[in-house]
Amino acid sequence: MRFATLWKLMAAFAFATPALAQTATMPPSSAPQATPPGQTNGPLQVEITGGAGAPTPIAIPPMPTTQAVSTAAGSTDVLGEKLAGVITDDLRNSGLFSPVASNLLRRVTVPEVTAPAFDYWSTTGAQVLVEGYVRANGDGTLTVGCYLYDVYAKTELTRQGFVVSPADWRRAGHKCADTVYTRLTGEGPYFDSRVVYVSETGPKAHRIKRLAIMDQDGANHRFLTNGQSIVLTPRFAPNRQSIVYMSYVNKQPSIYIYDIGSGQQRLLVRGDRLTFAPRFSPDGRYVLFSMAVAGNTDIYRISASGGSPQRLTSSPGIDTGGSYSPDGSRIVFESDRSGAQQIYVMNADGSGQHRISFGGGRYATPVWSPKGDLIAFTHIGGTFQVGVMSPDGGNEKLLTHGWQDEGPTWSPNGRVIMFFRTTQGGRGTSDLWSVDKTGVAERKIPTPLDGSDPAWGPLRP
Amino acid sequence: MAKLKTTLIAATALIAVAGCSKKRPAELPPPPSETPPPAQTMPENNGTVGNTVVPGSAADFRQSVSSDTIHFATDQSDIDPEARAILDSQAQWLAKYPNVRITIEGHCDERGTREYNLALGDRRANAAKNYLAARGVDASRINTISYGKERPIALGSDEASWAQNRRAVTVVIE
Repeated sequence: MRFATLWKLMAAFAFATPALAQTATMPPSSAPQATPPGQTNGPLQVEITGGAGAPTPIAIPPMPTTQAVSTAAGSTDVLGEKLAGVITDDLRNSGLFSPVASNLLRRVTVPEVTAPAFDYWSTTGAQVLVEGYVRANGDGTLTVGCYLYDVYAKTELTRQGFVVSPADWRRAGHKCADTVYTRLTGEGPYFDSRVVYVSETGPKAHRIKRLAIMDQDGANHRFLTNGQSIVLTPRFAPNRQSIVYMSYVNKQPSIYIYDIGSGQQRLLVRGDRLTFAPRFSPDGRYVLFSMAVAGNTDIYRISASGGSPQRLTSSPGIDTGGSYSPDGSRIVFESDRSGAQQIYVMNADGSGQHRISFGGGRYATPVWSPKGDLIAFTHIGGTFQVGVMSPDGGNEKLLTHGWQDEGPTWSPNGRVIMFFRTTQGGRGTSDLWSVDKTGVAERKIPTPLDGSDPAWGPLRP
Repeated sequence: MAKLKTTLIAATALIAVAGCSKKRPAELPPPPSETPPPAQTMPENNGTVGNTVVPGSAADFRQSVSSDTIHFATDQSDIDPEARAILDSQAQWLAKYPNVRITIEGHCDERGTREYNLALGDRRANAAKNYLAARGVDASRINTISYGKERPIALGSDEASWAQNRRAVTVVIE
């Protein structure tokens, strides 16, 4: 069978040029189509109630290939097994799914992908089933088909196909996992995204810090700077093409914008003042940052192309860590103007500054969720804990239990929070961790060295 | 940012470079003279020529003042009496060498978040700078830089280590 011909993908080295994962129309399976979500007698929905529900059992057998063909990323039959692994890890790590044991995942043939053996799969305990296949197209690209089934109702829930260059094979897996995840949870997708962070090594008195970028599951890791200067707090631009961060190069702590494709960077704020804590606006036109003048730190805004900073705060306290609401109308930030660090919200023009944190202890590093419904923060009270609260300061919930858990960043769908955890003592180190916004599924992110200051990038199209 | 280590000699007197040193210096000393060399001529060996310390050098500063470091209470940038005495000692030395420029580094302990600590370190460096300026050191001679919690000198996670890390360090620029 032939599928609709799609654009030939750009020959992409995945980091240099952001290749697109094109979708492909998949033919329906032989199983009846399930009723779309939201209607009565609707299909299976995964319950997400405060983390109390048990993860949904799911079967994800290795994907067969129409024909074993050698590609730049390996043979298509091997890719089929690896793709199932990428999807399995994504869904398991979300904390909402429990993959069926691999010894129960029997081999599936290509015809079976559209005519599942529901009777067999129901014996594995799986409630839902993900089947797919890999096909090498004649033009060098790969097509990955992805079907989701309700095992008990014996219905097809959704299907989607993805056309990728071999170098981007993992993205097809993440897109399939996102298709499954969004269909079952009603949440937005987040698996096809990248994280930029500070890779750390060396002794505590003199950490070697390098900017690094990787897929959200730790794959395709690459260093961006060489460690000769301290680098801190990198954040993605909304268009994913560049990173804004702070560097001590030439012993002048300053903010730079680094273009991921070219590796070139430019100084954003001119002058010899200490500038730090940068963050892009949601439309990418501005960068919020902090600047220290004569011992007092305030929040400023500057055009992303440079120019004159516009001052937004002017309290005698330390005002720093600004983060925009997703609609760009408001900014959450931290200030010690009351005597200790607390969280404040203001309009994007600096007016209407008001405090929203009133629990015990101090509050720092606020970050607005891309969904707009929550603000994540670091709570300081003996230990550091990552927590969330509503934008009015209510519904506060502390999520983590390390000694120093700090610096939250949101997944693109506003569901998962990545942060860094530091351990005590002279041999203490920092590592990246993530946790669901309900507090479940706390896990360490695999990185080649230690890490801190993670920033989760937007979903890749 | 590790400070260059120097081999300070126990001798307290400043000795004019006059070819009296026991070791062969890395560079030939200027011809014997009654006057000490100007403070700005800094040989590569960081202010020392053989066994002598060059006046106005970073090595001279460190061995002359009561301390190059003042400390702070948690979350504070106040200059306490002990810090005042240290800064007074620094100001006196800086008055003797009016062409010497300094950088004051502000540091924090690990119990603060990343960005706040950068700001607090800057506050501490500026508190020291303002004090020195009030003691007659021209503000244009004083640079400041904050390292936040990035460069601790004490590595434990205990009160004693944290107290050592809450500091402002005065460094002579050479």
